[in-house]
Amino acid sequence: MTSIDITVGRRPAVARRSRAAADVSAIAGRALRRVPRELETVIPPIFIALFFFIVNIGTLQHLTQSHLPGFDIKSFMLPTAILLGVTGISRAGSLVLDIQSGYLDRLLLTPVRRLAILVGHLVADVAIATALMVPIVALALGLGVRFRAGPLGVLVFLLLGCLWSLAFAAFGYAIALKTGNPAAVNSSFLLFFPFLFMTSSYVPKGQLSGWLSAVATWNPVTYVLEGLRSLVSGGWSATALGEALLAITAVGVLSFSLCLAALKGRLRRG
Amino acid sequence: MSVLSAGQVSATGVPDSGPSAIVTAGLVRRFGGNTAVDGVDLDIRRGEIYGFLGPNGAGKSTTVRMLCTLLTPTSGQAFVAGYDVAREPERVRLRIGVALQEAALDPKQTGLQLLRLQGRLYGLSRAEVEARLEALSQLIDIGDAMKAPIETYSGGMKRRLDLAAALVHSPEVLFLDEPTTGLDPVSRARMWEEVRRLNSELGMTIFLTTQYLEEADELADRVGIINRGQIVAEGTPAELKRQVGDDVIVARLAHRDDACLGLVRDLPGVLGAEFHGDELLVGAHDGAATIGSVAVALASVCQVRNLTLRTPTLDDVFLELTGNRMED
Repeated sequence: MTSIDITVGRRPAVARRSRAAADVSAIAGRALRRVPRELETVIPPIFIALFFFIVNIGTLQHLTQSHLPGFDIKSFMLPTAILLGVTGISRAGSLVLDIQSGYLDRLLLTPVRRLAILVGHLVADVAIATALMVPIVALALGLGVRFRAGPLGVLVFLLLGCLWSLAFAAFGYAIALKTGNPAAVNSSFLLFFPFLFMTSSYVPKGQLSGWLSAVATWNPVTYVLEGLRSLVSGGWSATALGEALLAITAVGVLSFSLCLAALKGRLRRG
Repeated sequence: MSVLSAGQVSATGVPDSGPSAIVTAGLVRRFGGNTAVDGVDLDIRRGEIYGFLGPNGAGKSTTVRMLCTLLTPTSGQAFVAGYDVAREPERVRLRIGVALQEAALDPKQTGLQLLRLQGRLYGLSRAEVEARLEALSQLIDIGDAMKAPIETYSGGMKRRLDLAAALVHSPEVLFLDEPTTGLDPVSRARMWEEVRRLNSELGMTIFLTTQYLEEADELADRVGIINRGQIVAEGTPAELKRQVGDDVIVARLAHRDDACLGLVRDLPGVLGAEFHGDELLVGAHDGAATIGSVAVALASVCQVRNLTLRTPTLDDVFLELTGNRMED
């Protein structure tokens, strides 16, 4: 390789690098500004969550009241509705459009930190997930659900929902960055379906039988559901909350590792 | 590789405002087994408009993507605005503006939102961003449409907005990757005018890739011709065209007959001759003085349909160097 023997004149630039927080805030702000123009990405999840919450209660309330005295199906179903609503909420589809339109290149040409592009989108996802959870919880409260863990329990409940949403959202970004394909990103929610149903989403874990019980034991969603339920129905349980956090962390470590590897790969491919 | 000192005037007549803005040595980029850019050496002075000319797939865009830090070189070195693109990409990004081949815009944002975000990402304060938008308003020139989503813009409006986005932070070096591809003649002329203004009023170095010979001829102080990843010629448009001759005589023949070649090449005043399809292109120092003898010589061995005399174009240069026309 030829070595360049030059001293090239350097001049101060008009532009400057922002702080990392400013980078994240700028990217998150843009991602959130797009939401009103892309309501089709947020309306179906909340519709599905509210629909199943109401229908499941309507279907099972009489049965549980007559056969399981003291069992509150509304409290039991609330965490299931929350996970249905917030799982798969991500701006990954929007990132794919940025890849396809070349806008991601425009972002990469600026001095913005590469990781801030990802983190900014994830911050927007957390904001959207919170906004989606509020009406579900409000409906539940309106239907008479009471949190045994009190008002602080409601906040922790929302926080766990956000953390789970965040951990799962990273799968969407990994697929978006790896494939640049909107269909692949849209189908990432399908990944979740087996996890949501092969668990204690519709009956308590102790009532599951055979292979389903074994699968549920290894399914991280089970522990997220149990952690959320403990706040509604049982009060503060360090074990249930600890297991929920551990399950979310395990999924998050996997999803974020895939996501960072996909980001690195895309930057390398240019 | 030499670097001109500040204040020098280059052999090409381009005034130098300082050392080089872009320097590369042995720049290579491979994609698997395919070598897209194969040992490109460039030395582009500050304040220069450099035209990078080549057909589709020649390696123009890959070179630009490496110089803009979007793509890491497989080997070789590249410095832009004084910084190594591989080792100090952040410093390079602060100093360059880029308008890529396809206008890289977010269709869901409004023009105003896009430019404000762009300013924020370059670390400009709110007041600085607004001042820059004011300064760029004449260039953008889309009035109230700035508040409408970009997806409603015409191709020309998108190109102007894309250029404004590349200029929001007042870059030292501007990369324009095929900036007029797909534009109508009026929008193209407007873009040319803006490129000239940026260069003459602000002294901005402009690296312009194009597949339009006319564009390179019209705008560039110097032109580099790239073919199959390698620079095959470099110089001012006038220098390059002189390689072919002062004039070109084009003879359209009824049938290609290689006997004509030897006959014409031996004529006095003829610099060279070659076939392109059924056209025989003859380079000459003085076309007006030579065309008569060419006509007589050709008529003796083949049927000539028509004979024209014109000045050489960069397409003739490309044909001379590669054996193909740019349009092929």
